[in-house]
Amino acid sequence: MEEESDTRKINNSFLRDHNYATEADIISTVEFNSSGELLATGDKGGRVVVFQREQESKSQPQRRGEYNVYSTFQSHEPEFDYLKSLEIEEKINKIRWLPQQNAAYFLLSTNDKTVKLWKISERDKRPEGYNLKDEDGRIRDPSTITSLRVPVLQPMDLMVEATARRVFSNAHTYHINSISVNSDLQTFISTDDLRVNLWNLEITDRSFNIVDIKPSNMEELTEVITSAEFHPQQCHTFAYSSSKGSIRLCDMRQAALCDKHCKYFEEPEDPSTRSFFSEIISSISDVKFSHSGRYLMTRDYLTVKVWDLLMENKPLETYQVHDYLRGKLCSLYENDCIFDKFECVWNGSDSVIMTGSYNNFFRMFDRNTKRDVTLEASRENSKPRAILKPRKVCVGGKRRKDEISVDSLDFSKKILHTTWHPHENIIAVAATNNLYIFQDKVN
Amino acid sequence: MMSATSAMEVNAEARRILAVSISKLYASRTQRGGLRLHRSLLLSLVMRSARDIYHSSSRESEGQSGAQPAAEEPMDTSSSPGNHAGVSQAEPQPELISPEPAAEEPRSPEEPCESETIEDKENLSPARQSRKRRGKASVAPDFLPSKRARLEPGEERHAAPLGSCRVRAGESLAVLSLNRVIPAF
Repeated sequence: MEEESDTRKINNSFLRDHNYATEADIISTVEFNSSGELLATGDKGGRVVVFQREQESKSQPQRRGEYNVYSTFQSHEPEFDYLKSLEIEEKINKIRWLPQQNAAYFLLSTNDKTVKLWKISERDKRPEGYNLKDEDGRIRDPSTITSLRVPVLQPMDLMVEATARRVFSNAHTYHINSISVNSDLQTFISTDDLRVNLWNLEITDRSFNIVDIKPSNMEELTEVITSAEFHPQQCHTFAYSSSKGSIRLCDMRQAALCDKHCKYFEEPEDPSTRSFFSEIISSISDVKFSHSGRYLMTRDYLTVKVWDLLMENKPLETYQVHDYLRGKLCSLYENDCIFDKFECVWNGSDSVIMTGSYNNFFRMFDRNTKRDVTLEASRENSKPRAILKPRKVCVGGKRRKDEISVDSLDFSKKILHTTWHPHENIIAVAATNNLYIFQDKVN
Repeated sequence: MMSATSAMEVNAEARRILAVSISKLYASRTQRGGLRLHRSLLLSLVMRSARDIYHSSSRESEGQSGAQPAAEEPMDTSSSPGNHAGVSQAEPQPELISPEPAAEEPRSPEEPCESETIEDKENLSPARQSRKRRGKASVAPDFLPSKRARLEPGEERHAAPLGSCRVRAGESLAVLSLNRVIPAF
């Protein structure tokens, strides 16, 4: 046991140093597209890597489609705002796919200030036999041309190219925390700490501000917007979450400026759990509509909550992600972990929800059976194709053999970003600079 | 009513959290990508809670025992309207103040000068000098009562009143810095 812990310490410190060296590789967002065929990741260095699921082959039916790198491109570069003397980070905060409408794929990626629409398309043919230039591209001397030929499309090695089709900039004073594509496929919203802006995908030189919670006197600021999302079916409805733990549902048909919500979801605070850090841990870090559109899920520091859109005064379900951290909030405040923004995700049928935790653990909650499981994303503890072993954190008293005590948890290994395939049980989990893809066991 | 020891523990913890918060606030100014509004807001909320608990637990521990290490200032009824009946402890105050040069308040030229502030403004220690440029909005308007924050015994400073006009006894400099976090944008 002693040796194990020493090895673990060495591994931890090595990995920690390694992480600092490759900070640009830290994954900052993961997202499946609407068919699940593609998986995109964004990182701190402003790059986007898209994976594509390989076609399942009839000859090897047991080998389910694996995800391979399809395209890599630099989405955002570091910028400098000269007016404010501020550096703008190139870190990709969010990626959202547009549903596929033709052969090309489109996604929106955003950093703190600018949203970009990227087109990812394949090229597997190339025209050959031009008259005015030769195969290398050099212009031919017209006097040497004696006959005309028609260029022919010849097959070539598949090339996947990504081009920036739109750049939506200069609309946010504060840092963008989320983007969401509307079900109308024509508009999207981008959200910063105080404002939500509505864009048309075709128009980049203007956007409509639809929510503005900036007080006239900034000293009176008590609340910021932490996330916003469009309803999956109702193109006029969106929700935004706040740092105070509330969610507001807005209807864009009511008024041009949606400052008046039509629904307000908040659970009264439990006075017995009040502490210095009550406000921080009630701040919602992510909000997601269920695929059905009937429910909302929110993630705050210690819990995940499922809300029924028809019931505003309390959540339908509350799941404890890592309640054993409640007694450690002071240390987590000192090491900044209390500010970590965890995301949460629904499975395709809205029966299971998933979110990340520390020590490369992530948690799944089955809403029907009320069972939950803790799994770990780490190379050391799982070989490829091995079944993941459920993990358990020991909260006190006697620690069993396979359990890990709260004090041994590695808080530098956090899983903030996860995504679930829209139809199948395939999940992608980002653990610092590593991406793990887990699939259901094939019988 | 808390026992004297637990009140002191709470007091010490509140003080520690305040110190940690202030250093985080200061560090966030040099962070890449600029000041994060959400984070600054959360920090200021924690500082506010810590400050409230610090003051209330200090009052409690002072109420328990007559003589105690915390030097409690008597209610100053003779001085000007600025009520500074709060607790001020000689030792912790410099701890609180020195890590927060950024949060120092500028002297509003319109505020009446106290006799004690004959101190030489040019030769203030670096920790006390304000290096932050203030916009017009954050300069205290005249009509609000001036509040004095207690730094060290015998030393007085002017402090701009809170924007939200909460006239409460015992406001310390740490409080003012909370409201100054946000207008940085």
